[in-house]
Amino acid sequence: MLQLNPGITGIVLLVVSLLAMPAGAAADEEKGLQIATEQKKRDTGWGDSESNVLMILRDASGSESIRRMRTLALEVPDDGDKSLIIFDEPRDVRGSAFLSHSHPTAEDDQWLFLPAINRTRRIASRNKSGPFMASEFAYEDMASFELEKYHFRYLRDEEVNGVMCYVIERIPADKFSGYSKTIAWVDKEHYRVQKIEFYDKKQSLLKTLTASDYKLFLDKYWRPMLLKMQNHQTGKSTDLVVEELQFNVGRSAADFDVNILDRLR
Amino acid sequence: MIQRWLQHILAYPRLVTVLCLLLIAGSAIGIGNLYFRGDYRIFFTEDNPQLLAFEQMQQQFNKSDNILIAIAPASKQVFSADTLDLVRQLTEAAWQTPYSIRVDSLSNYQHTEAIDDDLWVADLVAEDLVLTSPELEKIAAVALNEPVLVKRLVSADGAVTAINITLQLPEDNLQQEVKEVWQAVSDMLQTFEASHPATEFYVSGVVAMNHAFAYEAENDVKTLIPIMFAAILIMLAWLLRSVLASLATLIIIVVTVISTLGLAGWAGLFLSTATVNVPTILMTLAVADSVHLIASMQFALRRGDSRLQAVQYSLKRNTMPVFITSATTAIGFLTLNFSDVPILRDLGNMTAVGVMLACLFSLILLPALLLFLPVSAGRHADNTAGSADPTMLWLANMVIRRQQPLFWGMSILIIGCSSLITLNTINDEAVKYFAADTEFRQANDFLEQNLTGATTVDFVLAGDKAGAVNQPEFLAAVAGFTSWLQKQPEVQHVNSITDTIKRLNKNMHQDDPAYYRLPETPEQAAQYLLMYEMSLPFGLDLNNQLNLDKSATKVAVSLQNLGSKQLTAFESRALAYLAEHAGAYSASAASTALMFAHIGERNMASMLQTLPLALVLISLLLVFSLRSWRLGLLSLIPNITPALVAFGLWGLISGEINLALSVVAGMSLGIIVDDTVHFLSKYRAARIEGQATEPAIRYAFSTVGRALWITTMVLVTGFAVLMLSGFRLNSDMGMLTALVILVALIIDFLYLPACLLKFDAKEYKTYATA
Repeated sequence: MLQLNPGITGIVLLVVSLLAMPAGAAADEEKGLQIATEQKKRDTGWGDSESNVLMILRDASGSESIRRMRTLALEVPDDGDKSLIIFDEPRDVRGSAFLSHSHPTAEDDQWLFLPAINRTRRIASRNKSGPFMASEFAYEDMASFELEKYHFRYLRDEEVNGVMCYVIERIPADKFSGYSKTIAWVDKEHYRVQKIEFYDKKQSLLKTLTASDYKLFLDKYWRPMLLKMQNHQTGKSTDLVVEELQFNVGRSAADFDVNILDRLR
Repeated sequence: MIQRWLQHILAYPRLVTVLCLLLIAGSAIGIGNLYFRGDYRIFFTEDNPQLLAFEQMQQQFNKSDNILIAIAPASKQVFSADTLDLVRQLTEAAWQTPYSIRVDSLSNYQHTEAIDDDLWVADLVAEDLVLTSPELEKIAAVALNEPVLVKRLVSADGAVTAINITLQLPEDNLQQEVKEVWQAVSDMLQTFEASHPATEFYVSGVVAMNHAFAYEAENDVKTLIPIMFAAILIMLAWLLRSVLASLATLIIIVVTVISTLGLAGWAGLFLSTATVNVPTILMTLAVADSVHLIASMQFALRRGDSRLQAVQYSLKRNTMPVFITSATTAIGFLTLNFSDVPILRDLGNMTAVGVMLACLFSLILLPALLLFLPVSAGRHADNTAGSADPTMLWLANMVIRRQQPLFWGMSILIIGCSSLITLNTINDEAVKYFAADTEFRQANDFLEQNLTGATTVDFVLAGDKAGAVNQPEFLAAVAGFTSWLQKQPEVQHVNSITDTIKRLNKNMHQDDPAYYRLPETPEQAAQYLLMYEMSLPFGLDLNNQLNLDKSATKVAVSLQNLGSKQLTAFESRALAYLAEHAGAYSASAASTALMFAHIGERNMASMLQTLPLALVLISLLLVFSLRSWRLGLLSLIPNITPALVAFGLWGLISGEINLALSVVAGMSLGIIVDDTVHFLSKYRAARIEGQATEPAIRYAFSTVGRALWITTMVLVTGFAVLMLSGFRLNSDMGMLTALVILVALIIDFLYLPACLLKFDAKEYKTYATA
């Protein structure tokens, strides 16, 4: 989670019937999957990372509120990635920690540690479509990018943020996703996500994510330092700012074990 | 000077007609700019304090525009496999409603439960749940014990349930958006009605109300305007006995309405529930001008004048009265500009402009038309033009003979009726604006009787820093307020975050009922909420109850339908409670119902302040046209008393004054003053010629008596047509205005002469003109 990798999105919902599609459609699906596969390939092998994140939430009138958190991430080669988020602000939730073991096809495992009662609770992963910390990001928007979670379709080429992009439609495979589809703009040169549009279940445009300030890490991995999520229906928005990001910090699977949660702080 | 001006017009009838047509066409193009607005906001100015409070609340929390669908199975048992399955399907379908951002129902209610050491948050009626009887019993037990649900989404007896769809309308084209939502909801329900014939569905909510405003206005256009047209045709046939004369009048009426609507379009005005009836009102007011002109011309024709002479004669006699009566009527309608309700201002301005256009077209276009059209003299002697009328003469003699009993009897009657005014109370309930047989009202009445009150008030309690909501003292204050609210007799349901937090505290302690209470530390409250929020699915978050930095919370209260007085009293009582028991936090209240509850009184206050101004203006006009201060002063009696008497009678008929009625006094003043002008000008003319009071009264009766009777019938009929509106603002206004006009005629005929005999017996100086 919060991998901030080029495929920073998640997605989900009804599996579209592929049967009744015209011949050209199959080729577009093929191309969509190829692009997504290349995107995933270019983001493989980064190992582990640690980052400090600031979220700035704005309501329709422009009032702001902030959230701060630290995130640890671990790449798991033949499974979904593992992540741990430790909340720093608001102060009354400081020390709360959210652990997630994602799986490409099975339901993710999620736990939340609450220092106020010194307990860890497993939480149902079906409901990952709601707002994360009351922001405009849903947890599923930040979960690790796995090919199995979507059906892809190449739509067209288009320029965004001054770079030429592939425009890919992604239909979530998980029926518990909050979206009917998302459309991603992935640049042709580095396969970085530039923009994603999220469509709600009634097919209306719900949110637009814009990724910018890309930095190169380990000479290989591009990560956006700023993600802006604008909700078009409510007028609210959230900026997610990556203040610090390091790779190869020496984390291992043991750091992501559920039993470690109550020993954090 | 006017005469010369009129000669010019009559010399170039074609040119005048062409110029008029150009003016009309130029105005009419503006009709393209007209659009319709049916939302409740048209009743409020942008700086209305209640609207501002409401909008501020909507920016901080999510919008509360909604559609509420009540589901009433014939079995009166919601907790059956069949009905719960219907609720599940309807909930799913409701997400497809355009602009929906949230759907709340019994099935997707996020039930929390402690299972082993985990917090289980899930739909109360999950998508794949097989509805066996033990499951149904469990669902019923949870739902009927959940304060968030009972009397909001399910009735306490489990007979009725509801689905609430929260909408975020972009408000780019609100009318279109409301229509779209309504259409989608209707289509959706049609399918479900077909598959569940034994189940009743009722649609309410703010968006349903917006739709009802528009729908009833559309209905008014569809039914009232044709009825009005028919009524006018009948009246014209009766009054003029000439097809061509009726046609000429119709042309004047139609071009007046078209130009008025066109100019409104150019001015950027829109049509609304109030202004859709401008055509109906204008038709009524415009008919009188033409009838006077044509009747005079027919009189001259019968006398043997040539067509041109007859038209000249008619103009000479009528120009001044038509202008004065139009001007006073326009002034009456212009007083609506002091109303606090924008659409009533639009109604006033459009009608005022329309009345002056009717005057212009009657004096310029109508004479030109009458020169072209071979209008007949009419089959019978028409007394509007002046010859003696036996009925009127009899009336005059009767009034003179019985002057003493009439004066005292009428004085007592007028004072008696006026004193009934105290029976009236100001009351503005948006729901009651709709007649009891309208679909919207029926849905609301059903909800009121079977589920919960359709009136809502939202309270916001705010602390001074981020996270204030999690403080134990703050939560205690909110919980205290919540239970105080629940004890109020008018309160049906309270939706408060403290109920959720208590439940979470219990869940976090293995569902031990002893922990159904507020947590002890801010950290606990904050972390329970964090956990809960992380578990909620799309659209079912807490953003409608908590603001972004959790410094404020919204408590939503449903009340039984209350009159505006009781509602504002409840509001002050609640705010007084908060000031006393939660003085450390800032509190505010807002809702559409509150906006309407306040607007009635604000509007009444501003209209009452305007009345004297209108009265002075109109009386000065009378003094000017009658050229007599004494008669100007005396005219105050027949001008003021009709409204007093009519409002007194209204106290007996209804007793409820809504915002449309508060403008009736000013608006009708301009209309009834016409009778006084006509009567007193004839009376004065006779007095100046040297006649005593009695013969002067006889002269006035015999010259204008019938004309007054006829125009009054036309006006009463016109405003009575508005009574057929399903929208009470229009039907009440039509009824009361008709009543004022009728009372005015009675007072002019029975009381004014008695007053003249008493206060104007002194001989006039006989001079040619003043």
